[in-house]
Amino acid sequence: MNFLDQFADLINITLVFATALLFGALGGIVSERSGVTNIAIEGLMTAGAFASAVATYYMEQADLSGPAPWVGLVAAAALGMVFALIHAVASITFKADQVISGVVINFLAAGFTVYLVKLLFQGAGQTETLNAVFSKWAIPGLSQIPFFGPAIFTAYPTTYIVIILVFVVYYVLFKTPFGLRLRSVGEHPSAADTAGIRVLRIRYIAVLLSGAFAGLGGATITLTTTSNFSHNSISGQGFIALAAVIFGKWNPLGALGATLFFGFAQALNNWIQLFPWSKNIPQEFLFMLPYVLTLLMLAGAVGKARMPSALGEPYDPGKR
Amino acid sequence: MGKLLRWIGSDSFVVSLVAILLGLICGAIIMLIGGYNPIVAYIALFQKIFGSPYDIGETIREITPLILTGLSVAFAFRTGLFNIGAEGQFLIGMTGATFVGVKLSGLPWIVHAPLAVIVGALAGGLWGALAGWLKASRGVNEVITTIMLNWIGLFLSNYIVASFLLQPGQQRSYMIQDTASMSLPWLAAAFGNARLHWGTVVALLAAVVFYIILWRTKLGYELRAVGHNPHAAQYAGMNVNRRMVTAMFTAGIFAGLAGVFEVLGVFHYQTVMAASPGYGFDGIAVSLLGMNNPFGVVLGAALFGGLTYGSAGMSFGADVPPEIIRIVIGSVIFFVATQGIVRYVLLPFYKRRGKEVAKA
Repeated sequence: MNFLDQFADLINITLVFATALLFGALGGIVSERSGVTNIAIEGLMTAGAFASAVATYYMEQADLSGPAPWVGLVAAAALGMVFALIHAVASITFKADQVISGVVINFLAAGFTVYLVKLLFQGAGQTETLNAVFSKWAIPGLSQIPFFGPAIFTAYPTTYIVIILVFVVYYVLFKTPFGLRLRSVGEHPSAADTAGIRVLRIRYIAVLLSGAFAGLGGATITLTTTSNFSHNSISGQGFIALAAVIFGKWNPLGALGATLFFGFAQALNNWIQLFPWSKNIPQEFLFMLPYVLTLLMLAGAVGKARMPSALGEPYDPGKR
Repeated sequence: MGKLLRWIGSDSFVVSLVAILLGLICGAIIMLIGGYNPIVAYIALFQKIFGSPYDIGETIREITPLILTGLSVAFAFRTGLFNIGAEGQFLIGMTGATFVGVKLSGLPWIVHAPLAVIVGALAGGLWGALAGWLKASRGVNEVITTIMLNWIGLFLSNYIVASFLLQPGQQRSYMIQDTASMSLPWLAAAFGNARLHWGTVVALLAAVVFYIILWRTKLGYELRAVGHNPHAAQYAGMNVNRRMVTAMFTAGIFAGLAGVFEVLGVFHYQTVMAASPGYGFDGIAVSLLGMNNPFGVVLGAALFGGLTYGSAGMSFGADVPPEIIRIVIGSVIFFVATQGIVRYVLLPFYKRRGKEVAKA
């Protein structure tokens, strides 16, 4: 394997890591742009990972392996939305503290999924290993390009979906009336209300969308990386996605950059281990690498990120 | 005494109790759907918590670190900072204490044990202060830095244990010297050898210190002012940046102490960990349960720790997956947070009370 092939491999692993994080980050952006803090991404991803594993498993059992992972994706988005609905009811309708509500979702999702797994799989701590998971798609033609073919155009279908989704979310947020409304609700809800925008409804839509996106992120992990669901399938990826939201300054393209950077750092740590000289570096330092790089990058980055002005504040029409 | 009675009769106390009750009911419903008997399960839960002196002691052991990490998160919250990093501060504090506990020898207990505690607490504090400093000097959001520092803390701790403290053939450090132990053997004997230690006393003292700092000192006034409105605090001449660092340093000390006593009081060694133990994340829930009030945090930790410890009894005694307790705790926090729902449930009672008052 020459160096170029190895480098293509590095890029390819980067995309695998970045995909799940990017789904989560997009969820966070949509919700937070509408003014609802979402530290529940971790829990929503857990719900998605669980739903996709279970749905895919039962599709396999029913001899429908072909569409199985796709049904898994749909189930993940759906269960993510169910949990997001709890967050929405608590924090939008009942004006609960959004951080608290987010923590609650993380708890409920962690408890609920493992409880159900034990119930469905006779007390086992994880689902059966799935066979009908996604495999990489080589895009005809493009995958033949040297370097870029194996690096970028031979990826999991979820990666292609998320890249498209980034641009869709960007377009909707910044180029459509709906996006303008969503952002105005996050910046100045009472002004938006005066202009005739249904603040609570927009926030509900945003939070539900964030549940769907984060759920897809969780599904990505079970269907492309772990091939099953257990209590530690999602261990911190949701928080990293949250960091990517802030790092990317609440912008989908920023989040794309942030998650690619993070995925790259993560891949780098796997990649370095291919080389014999890496044996001299303590393993822990390699594990640390992505986090240290992110921290250094953040400390070195100039300019404070400006969060949506009304982030974290429940909207109470009676209080202007 | 009169004050205490008034507090028990007060609105927030009733709401909290109802929230706990509703949480338990939610858990019961989910158990029913799963085909379990919730009454058998809850009896098993409470038997596990209060069943024997040993269990009571172990429940206290479970509660102790939660008080400290809860205080850590709550202290930062009061200064307007969200400390997701209690987890990392816990680990770094633990590692500091293990290092001193294992490496130093020949010191008398009265020097060695307190030294290990102080080194661990300061290590945790500095780990927290690092996030505060990055926020103050570089404007980096503390949510991101503390998340990153959690992971870095985990791997750094593992590195230190694996490279300098490892007992050959084991995945853990050497035992700490006896002179660094913070266990309370005589008290443990009274509780069927439950692992009781000085940390519980320190945790309760920490709650008092938390209260005194925030509400009885000028520093605390400034910290709370920064939490309420940093711009106003700045305008009033306070050094907002420095106060952020102070707040995170203090929060880190609290979380660090939690880790310190897990080693010096409970396990007497530190393992190479595959994942964080989770006390820091649970501290967020405890702090929310306690509404960021130091004494509320103690009660929240008691509830959280009690239920968590008791959940083992549920899986033994009633064969219910212990994860159900996460759902119960989550629901309790949900109902504490959405007081609107609880007040709605209580509405008929309030109406009646209102009528009685009107009659009188």
